[in-house]
Amino acid sequence: MTSIDIAVQSPPGTGDGGPVGAGVVNRGASYVTASGQVALRTLKKFVRTPALIVASTAQGILFLLIFRYVFGGAVSGTGDLSYVDYLVPGFVVTGVLFSGMEASTGVAEDLLGGLFDRLRSLPIRLLSIVSGRVSADTTLVAWGTFVMTVVGFAVGFRLGGSVADGLAAFGLTLLFGFAFVWMFIAMGLLAGSPQAAQSLAFLVFPLSFVSSAYVPVSTMPGWMQGFATNQPLTKMVDTVRLLTGGPAAQQLLGHPVSYYLWPSLAWSAGIVLVFAPLAVWKLKNS
Amino acid sequence: MHPLIEADGLSKRFGKVQALSELTLTLPAGQAVAILGPNGAGKTTFIRMVATLVTPDAGTLRVDGYDVVRDPMAVRRMIGLAGQSAAVEEMMTGRENVAMVARLYGQGRKEAAASAERILELMSLTEAGGRLVKTYSGGMRRRLDLGASLVGSPRLLLLDEPTTGLDPGSRNEVWDAIGAMGRGGTDMLLTTQYLDEADRLAASVVIIDEGRVIALGTPDELKSRVGADMVELHTADVATMERAAAVLGALGVAEPQTDASTRRCSLAAPGGAKLLPAVVRALDDASVEVEDISLRRPTLDEVFLALTGQTTTAKEDTAA
Repeated sequence: MTSIDIAVQSPPGTGDGGPVGAGVVNRGASYVTASGQVALRTLKKFVRTPALIVASTAQGILFLLIFRYVFGGAVSGTGDLSYVDYLVPGFVVTGVLFSGMEASTGVAEDLLGGLFDRLRSLPIRLLSIVSGRVSADTTLVAWGTFVMTVVGFAVGFRLGGSVADGLAAFGLTLLFGFAFVWMFIAMGLLAGSPQAAQSLAFLVFPLSFVSSAYVPVSTMPGWMQGFATNQPLTKMVDTVRLLTGGPAAQQLLGHPVSYYLWPSLAWSAGIVLVFAPLAVWKLKNS
Repeated sequence: MHPLIEADGLSKRFGKVQALSELTLTLPAGQAVAILGPNGAGKTTFIRMVATLVTPDAGTLRVDGYDVVRDPMAVRRMIGLAGQSAAVEEMMTGRENVAMVARLYGQGRKEAAASAERILELMSLTEAGGRLVKTYSGGMRRRLDLGASLVGSPRLLLLDEPTTGLDPGSRNEVWDAIGAMGRGGTDMLLTTQYLDEADRLAASVVIIDEGRVIALGTPDELKSRVGADMVELHTADVATMERAAAVLGALGVAEPQTDASTRRCSLAAPGGAKLLPAVVRALDDASVEVEDISLRRPTLDEVFLALTGQTTTAKEDTAA
């Protein structure tokens, strides 16, 4: 096919100044500014939709009460560690999965609504779009973690070790949450629609229940123990449990903190290293 | 100076659908261009390629000399995109939405706030600027979205079907807004399946169908390419219309077209004004009474029909 040219013809009214100085070359926002703006937008959306926050927070509290008071009496095998001291670290750490999974549907909605088309057409880096969304969702996860911790203390949970260890446990929980948010963001982008994202996010059920979060792994059937012992959530939960449970937890688990800490840090790093490039790749090709 | 857009042999396939098929096109700077075509013609794929959102399978595309694949960031620095669905955040105010996009273009806090005011004013949204976007009407959202695409004062504005899905009143609002943007001197590339929209907003029209350019020029050039002015008459009843059609046919110029529902009969008239007296005389001789008779340029609809063999609406129906 041959090339075709159109004669230049000025649009009507050109040259009357107008309010827009056309033809600027935009330098684009820095990585930090771009990421911050994207995060701010998501946070505003959440804060201004109180129903979203209230519903997920209320659901978390309800489940904690059910486990603490309904199932708690029937659970055995926690040794000298009382069930509430066993449960609350597990509950708070798995909580990052349940609050983090909201990110999947959220990001799928953003993709569908055309906002990401606009963002991708701007002179900013793709990673800043994803990391902005991750920052906002991690902030929400932090809020959920804080609320669950407070409720945990209210239903009788107490630190068995030092306050410094307790704070370290809290910080590590946020770090694990941050890693999982990358996974959920990538899953939401890969799913492509909010409905599909929601179904994909059901992955959190086997991950949270087939772990040491709510009941000791030793009470599970043998074939299940292999998965339950080695999956990331169990490592993370037991790290936090050792830091908050003191001597009773050490006696129950039979290993020092480092035995669980390094694998859980490795899992966190691995999750980010796999899902961050995947999310950016998917955003680029959506 | 580079042409604003140089597309050479652009192809893109999505699964079984060949969206673009060796599309070749050069557009100079300094004008508003409409890409016109039915649903599925490849308009959106093309404009998304210009916006660096879709990469071509084959061929090259340069925007102001920058290759969209090799140097997408350079392209993004000079474009503003308003996509098919309004890309605004419902839970932010109009002002916050525009300011956010301004910040992302690299403007500082104060500069972005000032830009947002200027854009809201341009889009007649100053008063609504403090309200959450979820309270806006469809037309207001679209105007806000157009405004956001303009806040970086881009060299090239890309508008993908800017009025699709709007009611006629909102459509006029958006047209006025786009007109205001054009007067600011920004080059514009817009896609549309509305012929009247292309006619109203653009100085040049590119017609694409099945992923290829099939015609381009000014609306007037395209109309004259199809030829011919049209003699059109309107009768009181269908029987008279049919008699009139017989008289027109007997002139031997062209086959007359009739439309029973509007009782209109039209005839392509290459001779233009010269033919009209002959038509009137022939009708008079045959004692056919007409309500009115006129000479007019073909509509872009008729241009499209002549170029592709189908109307835009018929094409939409088969695509659905």
